[in-house]
Parts: sequence; C-alpha cells; structure tokens
Amino acid sequence: MSTASTMKGLLRGNVRQYGMVIALVTIVVLFQIWTDGVLLKPLNVTNLLTQNAAILILAIGMVMVIIARHIDLSVGSVAAFVGAVAAIMMTKWDMPWPIAVILCLLLGAAIGAWHGFWVAYVGIPAFIVTLASMLLFRGLTLVVLDGATVGNLPGGFESMGNGFLPEVGPDTGLANLTLVIAFLLAAFLVFLEFRKRSSALRYNFEVLPLPLFYAKLIVIVAAIFGFSYVLAQYRGLPVVGLILFVLIGIYSFVMERTVVGRHIYAIGGNVDAATMSGVRTRRVDFLVMTNMGLLAALAGMVTAARLTAANPKAGTNFELDAIAAAFIGGAAVTGGVGTVVGAIIGGFVMGVLNNGMSLRGISIDWQQVVKGLVLLAAVAFDVWNKKRTSVGGGAGSEDASATAPPPDDLVEEIQQAEVPGTEEVRT
Amino acid sequence: MKPPILEMRSITKEFPGVIALDDVNLTVKTGDIHAICGENGAGKSTLMKVLSGVYPHGSYDGDIVFEDQVVEFKDIRQSEAAGIVIIHQELALIPELSIAENIFLGNENAAGGIISWDRTNRQAIDLLARVGLAENPLTPVKHLGVGKQQLVEIAKALSKDVKLLILDEPTAALNDDDSQHLLGLLKGLQAKGITSIMISHKLNEIEQIADEITILRDGRTIETLAVAEDKVDQDRIIRGMVGRDLEHRFPEHEPEIGDVLLEVRNWTVMHPLDGSRAVIKDANLAVHRGEIVGIAGLMGAGRTELARSIFGRSYGSRIDGQLILDGKELHLKSVHAAIDAGIAYLTEDRKALGLNLLDDIKRSVTSAGIDKLRKGMTVDQREEVVVAERYRSSMNIKTPSVNEGVAKLSGGNQQKVVLSKWMYTDPQVLILDEPTRGIDVGAKYEIYGVIQRLAKQGRGIIVISSELPELLGLCDRIYTLAEGRITGELDRAQADQETLMRHMTTTHGQEVGR
Repeated sequence: MSTASTMKGLLRGNVRQYGMVIALVTIVVLFQIWTDGVLLKPLNVTNLLTQNAAILILAIGMVMVIIARHIDLSVGSVAAFVGAVAAIMMTKWDMPWPIAVILCLLLGAAIGAWHGFWVAYVGIPAFIVTLASMLLFRGLTLVVLDGATVGNLPGGFESMGNGFLPEVGPDTGLANLTLVIAFLLAAFLVFLEFRKRSSALRYNFEVLPLPLFYAKLIVIVAAIFGFSYVLAQYRGLPVVGLILFVLIGIYSFVMERTVVGRHIYAIGGNVDAATMSGVRTRRVDFLVMTNMGLLAALAGMVTAARLTAANPKAGTNFELDAIAAAFIGGAAVTGGVGTVVGAIIGGFVMGVLNNGMSLRGISIDWQQVVKGLVLLAAVAFDVWNKKRTSVGGGAGSEDASATAPPPDDLVEEIQQAEVPGTEEVRT
Repeated sequence: MKPPILEMRSITKEFPGVIALDDVNLTVKTGDIHAICGENGAGKSTLMKVLSGVYPHGSYDGDIVFEDQVVEFKDIRQSEAAGIVIIHQELALIPELSIAENIFLGNENAAGGIISWDRTNRQAIDLLARVGLAENPLTPVKHLGVGKQQLVEIAKALSKDVKLLILDEPTAALNDDDSQHLLGLLKGLQAKGITSIMISHKLNEIEQIADEITILRDGRTIETLAVAEDKVDQDRIIRGMVGRDLEHRFPEHEPEIGDVLLEVRNWTVMHPLDGSRAVIKDANLAVHRGEIVGIAGLMGAGRTELARSIFGRSYGSRIDGQLILDGKELHLKSVHAAIDAGIAYLTEDRKALGLNLLDDIKRSVTSAGIDKLRKGMTVDQREEVVVAERYRSSMNIKTPSVNEGVAKLSGGNQQKVVLSKWMYTDPQVLILDEPTRGIDVGAKYEIYGVIQRLAKQGRGIIVISSELPELLGLCDRIYTLAEGRITGELDRAQADQETLMRHMTTTHGQEVGR
C-alpha cells in the first residue's frame, strides 16, 4: 500500500521525464507489431541510427539554444552550406579530409558566432537573425555547388556517415568491439547512478525506493545490451553512432556539471535575475549560438558523408525536426527547462515515427500530418501536466514545520564551513 | 454646501492574507478638486481601482454612490460610461498611433465599423484646444514629451464626457513648467464643472490646488480636511500621513561604526532612454564600516535607480561621478565587476529580479558566488550542498531540503535565500532594496537581525525602504531622496517620521534646514 502510494507520488512528480521514455517505448512496440518485426531488425536499427544522426546532433545544440530562450532556424541551411564547402575543399581543392573536417567545424563555429554577435551584442531576436541565415546559407549553398550535386568524396570522410567500428577479436558472428563498448558504457552508467544515489542519500535528498532504483538500473542495462546486441548482429556500431554518443556524454556533462551549463539554465529561467547576479548574459548567449553553428557544421558533414555527396537540397527541414525533438523531449518554449537526453529521446520519437511509417508504406504527406500532431500533443501534454501539478503546490504552500535536519555525515562539515556572513559576532 | 458627486461607504478590500482597504469612506463634493494623500501602500491606488471597476463589484465590500445612485461597476467600460475616467501613473497611450487615434481608441467615431476620420480629427482638434495643446492631431504620440502626453490623456478623458476625473500621480514624471500647466488645466476644468480626484505625493501641489484632502494610512481613512477652512499646510498633511507609533520591534543593536567604506561623489545618472533627463542629480553619500544607512524617498524619487547605477551601472546612461570603495576609486562597467569589487545589491522585486523560480534552493544560494565553487570547469556540487545547508541553518530557512524549488517557499523564506545568495559573495557593501517587502512580521524580525549581524561584521549596509518606521528602527543614519536629489541627511537621534516626510516631499531643490 505504502509502496504503491510512493510509486504514485514519484510518477506524478516525474511524469514528463518518464512520459517521454514510455512514449518512445510505446511507439517502438506499436511499430514493431505493425511492421511484423521489421522495425527492430539489425539492418533497420542501424539505419534508424545513421539516418537520424544528423538531426540528433542538431537536437543537442538546439535544446541548449532553446533552454537559453532562443531558437535557431538556420541549422538546416548551415548544415547544407558546410557540407557543400567540405565537398568542394576535398574534391576541387584536393585537401586531405581530416583538415577539411577541422576547417569546416571552424567555419560552422564562425557562422554560429555571426549569429551570436547579432543576437547577444546587437539584440536582434534569434528568430530573425537565423531566419535571415536560413535564406542566406541556402542561397550560398547553391552558389558554392553551382546548383549541382558534388560527389566522389574521400572514403575516410564517407565513413563518418556510413562506416562502422572495425572488427576485432575472434569471429563470433557479432561485432565484438560494439559489445565491449556497450559493456563498458553500461558499467559506467550503473556506477554513475550508484554514485548519484549515495550522494543524494548523504544529503538527505529524496531518492527512488530501492526496488524502483534497481528496476531502473535493469531497464538501462537491458536497453543498452539489447540495442548493442541488435547492432552487433549487423555490422556493429556505426561511426556516426559513436560520434553521437560521445557528444551526448560531453554535452550532458556540460549542462549538468559545469558553470557554463549553470549559466545557460539561469539566463533561460530568468535573464534579469541572472544579470543582477553577475552572469555575463551576453557572453552566454554568444556561446550558445556559436556552439549551435559548430554542431550544425558537424551535422552537415555527417549528412554529406552518409549520402556520399553534397547536394543543394541537403538539410531541408532539419531545423524543424531538431526543434520538434527538443520540445517533444521536454524543453519549454519560455526557456530554462530541458535536457540533452530529453532532446535525444524526442529525436528518436520522431525518427521511429518516420521510419516505422515508411516501412508501413504510409506516404510522406500523411507522415507529416502524424508528426505535426505528435509534436502538438507532446507540448499540450506538457502544458496540461504543469497546470495540474501546480494546483495546490504553488508558492507559500510549504509546510513550515517540515524542516528536516541536515544530512548526518555532513553536519560537522557544515558547522565548520567558512561561509561569509554567518560568522558569530562578539556582542 | 455643495452636494456630493461621489460617496464611497465602508469600502473593504482584501487580498489573500492582506487587508488592503479597511472600512474606507470617501466623500467628494461636486465641482471640487479632491486630493488623496498617504504613504506608499496606504491603499490609494487600490481605492481608485475599486472605484473605476478594475476590481469589479463583488470583489469588495461596501457601497459606491455616484450621483445619488448606488453603482456596481463590473469593469472599466461601465465606470467610464457613467462618467468616471481614471488616468494612471503609467500612461496608457500607444506610441505609434496618432494623437487623434489615441484619443478615440476604444471609442471610435465609426459607423458600421468604418471610421470617419473627418469627424475624428475635427473633434480631436476641439479637444486639444480645450486642454491647451497646440499639436496636429495626426502627430504620432511618440513624438510628444511626457507633459504633452499627459494632456492627450486628459483630452481622451474629456472625449468620454467625463464627470469625475481621477489622476494618479499626474505630475510625477513632469518638469515644473509642465506640472504648473497641468494644474492650471485642472483648475480650468473645475470652472467648467468637472470634479477631479488627484493622488499625489507632491504636497506643495496639493496645498496649491485641492479643495479637500482625504488622508489614508494603512488602508484606513484617517481624516478629510477642507483646505481653506482648516488652514491646512504641508506639515498638517504629513502629520496625518505618518501619525502612528513604531509598530515593529527591532532586535537590540549597538552600532560599532568604523572608517568610511563607500563614498559616492557628485553622482549624476541620466535616464537610460532619454539621455537629457537626469534621474539622479549630483548625489553625495557615504557609508562607514559597521554602519546601516537608510535611503528614504517616495515612489519615483530615484531610490532604486541610484542603487542600480552604483551596482555596476545596471541602470541609467551617461553616469557621472566618483565611486570610492575603501579609499580606491572604482570604475565598474558590469554587475560582475561590482560583485568582484565587493558590492552586493538585493533587488526590490524578488520574483522578477532576485530569483530564478525554476531553480532549487542550493543553486539559488550559490548563483551569484558560483565562481567560488569552481573546480576547473565544473561546479563542486558537494561543497554547494554544504554551503546551502550552512545558510539554511544560520538563516533559518524553513524547508525540508535545500533540493526543493524556491518557487515553493513563502516570501520570507525566499527573501532569506536571496540574502544568503548575496552573503555568499562576501560583499563589503550590501545595498538592500525593500528587504522586507511582502513578508510577514516574524520573518521581518529575523531579517533585521541578519542585517545587524552583517553590519557588526564590519560591512557597510544601505537599506532602501518605503516604510519609515523600518528605517527609523534599523538605521544609524538616513538620507532622504526627492526627485533624484539628496535632500537631507539625518542621524538616528534627529530623525522622526515627520522630519523625514518633510525632506522627502521637498521639491525644486529647495533645501530644508537640518
């Protein structure tokens, strides 16, 4: 009885967080049935990852932009432009591909810095600045490519989009390296979860009841092994998948643990309060836009690599998919709310819908209709959920007597902490 | 004896937890100019909002009798239809529209939805003549100065067949010439039979123009004075406005005042959008170590503007003057620089400027001093909890955990979080803007204690407050500010509410003897 009520309480508090995961699982299960098991075939899962990698990379940057209360409409055009420049560099100028990649990442960052300059230091809304760039860079893409598709890209470059991790070790019929990576990743995540839990307990913060905690761990581990096993049955983890997961790790860390991440949430939550607390808000705005440019460049090159060519139409509507992914993943239009992992899950929701409907032979027009409705439903659910939970839980509803003691093994440390303003004064 | 045009009987208006108006009575005689006086928060604006239907009938207790009829306004449209028009302190004009369009906004000269511009402009010319404004009615309002915009508001009111005109602080943003013109206009309208209610902090203007004065204090009617018969002067009004005992208790405090810590010299600040309008004029002030200095001033006197201009130029343009901290002149260009230099500013508006309501307590506490938690690029989250817990116990923040969201806290606890945030930056000078606004008596007492403790630690404290008893109970020295000028400096021993109020209402730079 009491476990059931805690469960209920926890679910209510984290509906959004778990809701996304549940929605993704539901969609996967539905399409798995509708497509007679094709959806989760190793080849298709691999495709799902490679086809959506560019959008997911963009979604990481986009959720940060949205948390900082901006938007970037230009990412599709910038991706196409950078992809085009990369192709020209490698084919027309015979530049070695690693150098072209590095230069193009810098080019993307420069484009992002251009946006950042107008948004942060001139004060033009990001919507306008990036709408202008959406047109500008689509046009420049056509100029650079002369309206034609440029192919014959170096093999090393193409492997960024459609290559796989190398085979190592004995022939098991599976991609060994992928399984090893999966094992290490799972072990690392489990370690992180335990560490998070033990520190939360030390601080007397609310944690999941132990059975639920283990259930969560099992789900995480099962998901990783399941996913990697399916991938390993085909050719293993695609290179682009590795890039994506590394990015997810880095950016989650930035948003959760670093001062910069703290500042991004702060300006999104209340830019005036952040300013009056000494946050250099313009610098943060600039940084977020610059970073989006960098990731757009990477997404553009990944796309060109996967299609083995740069083409003038590449990246069309990427911005909309990335924005949708961020919002489905729980970001708030008003800023200050959202997570990198949420945006990735949101991106997978869109990706599985696309892929599943294509497998079912549903035409592009109806796919658009469904995706539009899903986006609206996700955000509507968010708004409804926020209203529901805010009833009776608003300001001033605290229980004044509910003052818990400080965490036991921190008591001494707290008492001895030299914190300004609390010194005793002689009287 | 002139008959009353308006009687408000036993008006009581409650907000959750606060009684804004308590059994207020107001009688305005036909053809009079009736002034309403009171301190900030006395209930003047609330009373006018009840009258004009902003707070609809049913949301308050009591009766409103207008022209011998009990009226029950549901919204502003109904009160305007009856002939009651209110002109708010913040003008409600649309800058991009023309004078004529603004005058008839919501009341267009239209037949079947199609506007007759001929009639509109012709009538606008007539109305402008009545208020003495020689402007083309097609001129966009944004090209007019504040004084002329005020006249457009009055023309707009006249277009609605106004019988009772309510002006909330009409001259607050005007210079002397424009103020005099406006007061003359009110007199002229009075001659044509229009009754006015005027809310103003400028007692000299009230003395000059009003027939009767009603004084409100703490949501109650104190008295109504007939200016001519009772021979009312400014001192008499002030006595009515502040006549109460110190009702708050303050912790015992023995100041230990040291050397000069912060000095502000010849400080002049221009309005951020209008570089020719001085908001702070040649202000000089000093704070010593261990001293609590008060700044008293009525709304619009420039208190917050002064504080924010000192705090890393977060307000104003073309700031001129010297800022000297501990003997060294500072040239602060940003809030960040101000914090690094050892200045902290607790904002007046806790929710809009002080807190990120999406955040939790521990992160709010460390948000201004986050650099101290830097471990390479990352935030030391263990130390963060320790710091937050330390403040939770030392400030007595009532919460189950420092992991809770700040939005869930009561006002008093939120304010303790914001105070902790600034204490963590270890400032030498703390500027506290309305540190106890909107919080209950118990939390107030605790916050007074914290302020005194901070002073004891050798910091310099500046307290800005609208509540004079608070300043008198807390501060060692008090500056008064009026229209952007420092008009007085009083030691704790010299200061009382009436003296402060006299200095706070001094205008035109006339000095009052100390």
